[in-house]
Amino acid sequence: SPNYLLIFLVLQELEIDYSKYEHPPVLTVEAQAKYVSSSEGALSKNLFLKDKKHRYYIISAMVDTKVDMKVLSQRLGLGKGGIRMAPEEALGELLQVSLGCVTPFAVVNESARDVSLLLDKNFKNQARCIFHPLSNDVSISLNTAGLDKFLKSIGRDSVYVDLEANANPAVGKDQPPDLALYVPAASVVVPELSNKASSIQTPPTKNATSEIIKPVASAKPSKPAGNVNSVSANSVSLEFKNPEKFVEEILNRTSALLLSEAKGESVEALPGTLRKRLTSELTLLAIMYKNTAYTEGFHAGKNYKPYRL
Amino acid sequence: MVVDKKEEIDSESSEQVVNPWEVSVKDDGRIDYDKIIDKFGCQRLDESLIDRVQRLTSRQPHVFLRRGVFFAHRDFNEILDAYERGDKFYLYTGRGPSSESLHLGHLIPFMFTKYLQEAFKVPLVIQITDDEKCIWKNLEPKDSKRLGRENVKDIIACGFDVTKTFIFSDFDNVGGAFYKNMVKVGKCAMAIYGFSGEDSIAKISFPPVQAAPSFPSSFPDLFPGKEKLRCLIPCAIDQDPYFRMTRDVAPRLGYNKPALIESSFFPALRGKNGKMSASDPNSAIYVTDTAEDIKKKINGAVSGGQDNKDDQNKYGANLEEYGEGRMLTGEVKKRLTQVLTEMVEKHRRARAAVTDEMVEAFMAARPLPSMFE
Repeated sequence: SPNYLLIFLVLQELEIDYSKYEHPPVLTVEAQAKYVSSSEGALSKNLFLKDKKHRYYIISAMVDTKVDMKVLSQRLGLGKGGIRMAPEEALGELLQVSLGCVTPFAVVNESARDVSLLLDKNFKNQARCIFHPLSNDVSISLNTAGLDKFLKSIGRDSVYVDLEANANPAVGKDQPPDLALYVPAASVVVPELSNKASSIQTPPTKNATSEIIKPVASAKPSKPAGNVNSVSANSVSLEFKNPEKFVEEILNRTSALLLSEAKGESVEALPGTLRKRLTSELTLLAIMYKNTAYTEGFHAGKNYKPYRL
Repeated sequence: MVVDKKEEIDSESSEQVVNPWEVSVKDDGRIDYDKIIDKFGCQRLDESLIDRVQRLTSRQPHVFLRRGVFFAHRDFNEILDAYERGDKFYLYTGRGPSSESLHLGHLIPFMFTKYLQEAFKVPLVIQITDDEKCIWKNLEPKDSKRLGRENVKDIIACGFDVTKTFIFSDFDNVGGAFYKNMVKVGKCAMAIYGFSGEDSIAKISFPPVQAAPSFPSSFPDLFPGKEKLRCLIPCAIDQDPYFRMTRDVAPRLGYNKPALIESSFFPALRGKNGKMSASDPNSAIYVTDTAEDIKKKINGAVSGGQDNKDDQNKYGANLEEYGEGRMLTGEVKKRLTQVLTEMVEKHRRARAAVTDEMVEAFMAARPLPSMFE
């Protein structure tokens, strides 16, 4: 999904601490566990559910948390069998993701504005939790504070729920459905798809993905696919010291913005020749900026008067 | 370098004169660089070296390398060997302030040096030989110093990183460890040169000044404890004689020989003889020239197929898209004018951002902790 980069853009803008791991595409938590070790954080299982009135829910939980669909349905006030897995078309249409990719981050999409997001309260006990950032060949780890900050920035309040409470509710006058308030106000119509021509509905093609991933990957020295890569915040300081890295960052973010604005239409990031010319001109500007800042510091250092003791 | 002058004026085989004070071609022929390489005894910079540079720096080699503007070297392969092993080096280049204005020919070694600094991530010392120009051109020291500082602004405008660059004037810097090395070099160099009675003592005592920056121990504040740090000197080929002497002396002092990477000259606008010279304003494009000036100079320039190809090679990367002989003379001139005007404009803007304070910062003896980053 073109919005894949948008997630990183927002995380960086908000200065949320996170780590990024690239790996082959994974469709299950078991597969993901092969590439991202438990020392990096708690893996999550993510369910995309739908009720009979076409209202949609993302349930994001710890792998060990038992999610009983019947209980959940009752707690939502939907009766015993009121909730089931959402069809695959809805994944693409509403969440802009492919199979194996359901994630809390999906609510960043405008198309997901009516999707209810429920988070396992057990996440709060974890140092970090692991989710996909709209792409199943990347994983992110971050803590709940970071996730909350992210969600807040897009106008969402985080909802943490004890998914294992009320194992056997007798929903009635004395025990009202406690999650009922999280049922979306609006239902969503996902149009029946006769063909999958539109790029919005289909999972991203291999080419498109590699085009999109390129700007971000080139910013880091690590290789995509095959290895577990952890990109820590140490690379940030080099952006502010090295004019070339600084310019690379600027152009990557510009690319990301251009892509996110395009919203799924086939728009290339900055064309190669344009980027090359911009790089050379911007680098000279960046060096002059750095030299000017240094000169001011130099002047300050020369004229600095130490405090008298 | 009186001795070299004598060597050069060798009536039967040499049609050209190439040394630090004189560059000309007899009989209006072109400068024969192969002959120079042969005579001087340096090496050609071949494809394999350029490929190696690409591999080591993970970026496309500078157009001046690809187009043979920098075409000769001494021990550049050893620099690359050491670099591969993790042993870095530092760059040393210089300028003799000779006029208020720089022309594009002057900028070439600096543009290339900046590329080397960025590609290899190494520090740079730039020597402003304000003393040399007093000695040879009869300038007062204060004028030479002033010119030097003005030139420094143009140099800084090429885009050097202040955290990795030390610019120094000879008048302000000779002394201490630098002078110690000058004396050591001077002791070894006497036998190499026979000076005539007409040359002032200053001329005789100058060469060690240009030699000393080749040794890291001349800069104890910059390179403490790094006696074995190698030095690479990008320069125009007419400077080769100075450094031949330095390289000869170095092992006797227990120092590494500095390596050289050498360029040909920026072709004179007025035809084939030699290089752009500050003493002939119409032979050069100055960084202070207006678009009109540039256009006039290019249009007045001698044109011929061979000249244009060389001009294309030397004036910039943008001209790569034009094939050989596919462009008409008029078009080439137009494109050249455009490219050069852009270059001069870009330089002027960068120059405008250079303050006296910035010059002071670049020229202050200060630690450079990020010099290898």
